[in-house]
Amino acid sequence: MRALRWHGKKDIRCDNHVPDPGIEDGRDAIIRVSSCAICGSDLHLYDGFMPGMMHGDILGHEFMGEVVEVGKDNRKLKVGDRVVVPFTIVCGECDQCRRGNYSVCERTNRNKEVADKVFGHSTAGLYGYTHLTGGYAGGQAEFVRVPYADVGPVVIPDGLTDEQVLFLGDILPTGWQAAAQCEIEPTDTVAVWGAGPVGQFAVRSAILMGAEQVICIDNVPERLSMARAGGAITINFDEESVVHRLHELTRGKGPEKCIDAVGLEAHAARSIDSMYDRAKQALMLETDRPHVLREMIYVCRPAGILSIPGVYGGLIDKIPFGAAMNKGLTFRMGQTHVNRWTDDLLNRIQEGQIDPSFVITHTVSLEEGPDMYKVFRDKHDGCVKVVLKP
Amino acid sequence: MQLPRQEYQDYRLNYAARKTARRLGWFSIGLGLAELLMPGRLARAVGLEEHEGLIRLYGLREIGTGVGLLLSDNPEPWVYGRIGGDALDLATLGMSMQHGSNPVGAAIAAGAVAGVTAVDMACARALGSEHHPVTVYDYSDRSGFPEAPERMRGRAAANGDMANIPQVTGLAAADRETETRH
Repeated sequence: MRALRWHGKKDIRCDNHVPDPGIEDGRDAIIRVSSCAICGSDLHLYDGFMPGMMHGDILGHEFMGEVVEVGKDNRKLKVGDRVVVPFTIVCGECDQCRRGNYSVCERTNRNKEVADKVFGHSTAGLYGYTHLTGGYAGGQAEFVRVPYADVGPVVIPDGLTDEQVLFLGDILPTGWQAAAQCEIEPTDTVAVWGAGPVGQFAVRSAILMGAEQVICIDNVPERLSMARAGGAITINFDEESVVHRLHELTRGKGPEKCIDAVGLEAHAARSIDSMYDRAKQALMLETDRPHVLREMIYVCRPAGILSIPGVYGGLIDKIPFGAAMNKGLTFRMGQTHVNRWTDDLLNRIQEGQIDPSFVITHTVSLEEGPDMYKVFRDKHDGCVKVVLKP
Repeated sequence: MQLPRQEYQDYRLNYAARKTARRLGWFSIGLGLAELLMPGRLARAVGLEEHEGLIRLYGLREIGTGVGLLLSDNPEPWVYGRIGGDALDLATLGMSMQHGSNPVGAAIAAGAVAGVTAVDMACARALGSEHHPVTVYDYSDRSGFPEAPERMRGRAAANGDMANIPQVTGLAAADRETETRH
């Protein structure tokens, strides 16, 4: 089969003749991928910021398709089902899964010992996202093996296009969870850093959950126009001071709820702390660039909530924790507990409350995938979201 | 299907280059003040003891360029002004390397000026990109909502009750999932 494989930093290739996956466990299923997407967190692999990738790993954790083979113990799926596969692999049976904390499933990470050493405790297995999370083959391929396929995959009813439901596997519930974690009140101002796909869904989720005012911060005009279309007031940090503008928009009180939809590769490249982070990163004294986190702690209204769907990988520095503690801020973060939200969000898509396809700006073949990683990373050609058709 | 994209041609400001231009402006003012206020020391460092007046003059030039860079809406001509000044500095330092009293000091200074010249030229080139229209995509029609966002506000809260949204602990969702599977 053909698949996008990681061959090193900034070296992703569409390889032919990759061995087809097969059933390895009775609960497995094999999916023929009809649509998959490049995620912002794939760019951390592309740029070499996440450790634990190996030459030849198949990338991709946003994918959907048709079931072509089912393991003997799988009573949920049948051949021909159309499914979206959440990016977190969940067993459905461990203590964390039973509590709905799917992204920290205790059983699906095949390299649990390594993750235990790095993070203290292992998190769930993920598709195509380093050997720290199990080293599972990803979905930017013609076929993919789905382990524990009697739990995670969401069966899609007829009448919905791939574009409408593909993002149920990651970025839609990620934006939704980011907003849900904020416990939005009707009087709240919610500030969202990052107008990429997750930021776009966080904006719309916050509107749907009834926030009085949603503010989105970025510097890419196209992305800001998309955020405005979804009901946000926008701040271009190239043109104006984020701190001053938020001060104005909240009558000096600061936003009650702040969402970091940026993560470890913040690009406020011209702020002093960003230059400091870049220097420390170059000297391997820091792995992540937490500019957004620092800014959120500074601007958030005391007793507010910081929700962090943006991915961080390792160590960060110069976090004003004194401000966070004294202001009584609540931090909520984590990989998305996708299956916690999928039933509800699928209903909302069916009811027409939201059509997630608005975020797609590029649809290309798998062969064009490697080039699109660069276009997406550099935000060229108005790129917000890339969908690949294997 | 992917929505069609509306595109048009427009001119974009290069904020990164403009920020660099402002920094060069402050650098110009700093260097200019140093040349204006302590020309003797600088003259000795580059072997031009006889030409303190010239160094003061260069200081005035630097301050003028710096003020222009900081106050102008269009920094590009002022950056080219800096490049002209750099050429003049390099020529003067070249003369000093051949005929001055401290050729080593002049050579070190020339190296530093050459470095700043490279920054000036990169900045000028980047500012030049503002003259070329780029394709801009308009996503203002992509709300993802069936109605105007204002009308969608709070829509997830069925009957105005936010409790209907699955909340943070997710126990209800987990129960639903477990029931479905078994």
